[in-house]
Amino acid sequence: MDLLTFGKTGWGDELFYATLMTIAVSITAMLIGFLFSAIFTPLKLSNNKFLNLIANSYTTIIRGVPELLVIYLFFFGGSGAIMYVASIFGYNEYIEINAFITGSVAIGIISGAYSTEVFRGAIQSIDKGQFEACKVLGFKRYIYFLKVIMPQMLRLAIPNLSNVWQITLKDTSLISVTGLVEIMRQSYIAAGSTRDPLLFYSFAAVLYLILTFLSMKLINKLEVKYSRGF
Amino acid sequence: MDLNLMASSLPKLLSAAFITLKLLSASLIIGLFIGLLFAILRLSKNSIINRFAYAYSYVFRGTPLLVQIFIIYYGLGQIEYFRSTFLWVVFKEPYWCAIIAFALNTGAYTSEILRSAFQTIKPGIIEAGKSLGISNKIIFYKIQIPVAIRQSLPAYGNEIILMMKGTSLASTVTLMDITGVAKHIVSTTYKPLEIFITAGGIYLFMTFLIHNLIKYLEKKYSFQ
Amino acid sequence: MNIFKKTIFSVLASLLIIGNVYASDKIRIGTEGAYPPWNSKDASGKLIGFEVELAYSLCRYIGRQCEVVEQDWDGMIPALQMRKFDAIMAGMSITDERKKVITFSQGYADEVASLAVMKGSSLEGMDTPAGISLSKPNADAKKALKAITAALAGKTVCTQTGTIHQNFLESGDVGKVNVRTYKTQDEVNLDLASGRCDVALAAAVAFTDYADKSGKSVVLVGPTFSGGAFGNGVGVGLRQASQLGGTLGARDAELLNAFNKAINQARKDGVISRLAIKHFGFDASM
Repeated sequence: MDLLTFGKTGWGDELFYATLMTIAVSITAMLIGFLFSAIFTPLKLSNNKFLNLIANSYTTIIRGVPELLVIYLFFFGGSGAIMYVASIFGYNEYIEINAFITGSVAIGIISGAYSTEVFRGAIQSIDKGQFEACKVLGFKRYIYFLKVIMPQMLRLAIPNLSNVWQITLKDTSLISVTGLVEIMRQSYIAAGSTRDPLLFYSFAAVLYLILTFLSMKLINKLEVKYSRGF
Repeated sequence: MDLNLMASSLPKLLSAAFITLKLLSASLIIGLFIGLLFAILRLSKNSIINRFAYAYSYVFRGTPLLVQIFIIYYGLGQIEYFRSTFLWVVFKEPYWCAIIAFALNTGAYTSEILRSAFQTIKPGIIEAGKSLGISNKIIFYKIQIPVAIRQSLPAYGNEIILMMKGTSLASTVTLMDITGVAKHIVSTTYKPLEIFITAGGIYLFMTFLIHNLIKYLEKKYSFQ
Repeated sequence: MNIFKKTIFSVLASLLIIGNVYASDKIRIGTEGAYPPWNSKDASGKLIGFEVELAYSLCRYIGRQCEVVEQDWDGMIPALQMRKFDAIMAGMSITDERKKVITFSQGYADEVASLAVMKGSSLEGMDTPAGISLSKPNADAKKALKAITAALAGKTVCTQTGTIHQNFLESGDVGKVNVRTYKTQDEVNLDLASGRCDVALAAAVAFTDYADKSGKSVVLVGPTFSGGAFGNGVGVGLRQASQLGGTLGARDAELLNAFNKAINQARKDGVISRLAIKHFGFDASM
């Protein structure tokens, strides 16, 4: 057990920083996912068949392919794609996007596919009357979206978004291919160095459980806040 | 984009799909039994049993599948005492370690799906059974379980797809499923993009099949 | 859509700003950091080992600054192609198969491979010559291969993915073997010690290092292998100049020459031998 202490000989401090990294990547990925949903949810709900197709392809492919493969594809293909785009502009050096951004965007793409479905479902279950009332009153598109639709949508979306958060949090265990040191990778390093996989992987499980538990408490508070007035 | 490579690697990847399907079906079948068991335990009036079942589902849903596989495969393999028991015959093989990890994982999610299905059965159906004088036990087996299973089809279909994606983690413990074979091909051809796109395509196709199968079952078995 | 366009642009811009751009005169060298004594990490996570020290020496001869970065083994060559670093020094043997996609400097050290088992295994005391070369297998080598084929039949052999050892086991030279591949040598060692693997194949020094550090009774069996599927020594992996052409290609070609010259000088000055004896206990230099 004294392998877990902080300080030089113990792995406690490395695991602590790894946990912070996991939280940081999860939050960043979730936000990047929201960015993707902001783009793809309107596409999904639009009347244009072609835009529908693009958005549907995104959610179907990302949710239908194992996360590990999506991360590998993004990792091996992503840098290549960015460099290809840059070389069109004449820039031929290696563009290093650091491991944190790479990992967060990789998970963010996955998180975004799930978030898109959640937001789509939430918007579709809002009474059509709300949209009609706003149109009749002559409100501009993004004003009524922000002031009328968004609050209602958030209330409906939060329970499912908490699921997406859980998925995002657990998916961060898969990005060790990018070299980022989060909980799983640090446990892997510690287990290899001390040859004690049982201790470190069990402790990693405990860390994830703590994160899950704390998240649930926070999200419950959010749910209460956004359900006011309903 | 090396299309020839993608075409030539397809046969190897497709034969690995059999391993993926074997892992998937074994995990789902065992997981279904575990899920049913724990769903029933969760509904028990005894608070110790209730909380034990909740703890199981909380732990296996709150930790990543990768951690679960590593604990079962590397963690248990480290314990000298464990290696001397008869259980080692099973846990020695990565194939069974993976199935046990997958089954425990899907069992937790399944138990939640079934539990919520049990709790949302229209009371009227059970009351009708009681008014006809049918015993509680038979109501449970002949009415509650079938109705719960039908109600959980959409959510369970989702779980099947999630588990199929989970089987790709078997590659982290040396199993040659689709992902394992894909990584192996990449290690000799050094063309990760082409191979992973092909592998992804196969998974996508399987997702498509499962999704349509579930839709068909939903149509066939839904009432009202 | 206006808000969305602005958001997309700002995100892309910030990604590029947060990302770093590397100056072209620093040489970045990739290594695994998980293959002691060739390359590994100390307790604080710093890269150490034979190749890390050799890398800094060679850069001194070349006259440029260099930086050793860590990369998982299975992404090593793709990362080189992606220009994540400019050279590979990770115990990577020079093989024809690898030469199809990258080029190598001259070899700087020999890596002999060996089979290993846990003490008490039935494969102990295999009657074979001390070492065989598969480049030009003589009668002794062929006899040894036959003995090994018989010994390995029906056994589970473990090795690291994407290595010459895996290629050898799958080449058919030892018949049909039940091969299990792992992401790192560490995992191979773990499963060998737990009994999941009957026998493992890797660099001989990797096993002796593991036996020393872990205290587990790992025993080398059979001959040491070199040549053939095991390649011709360990060299610096570099991008092929023909890959891109133009100024980038010329820079890659120039790097190849620089490394070859540096290795010659390092060998003449005895640097490679000294480092080899320090990390391997014997002179493994080429």
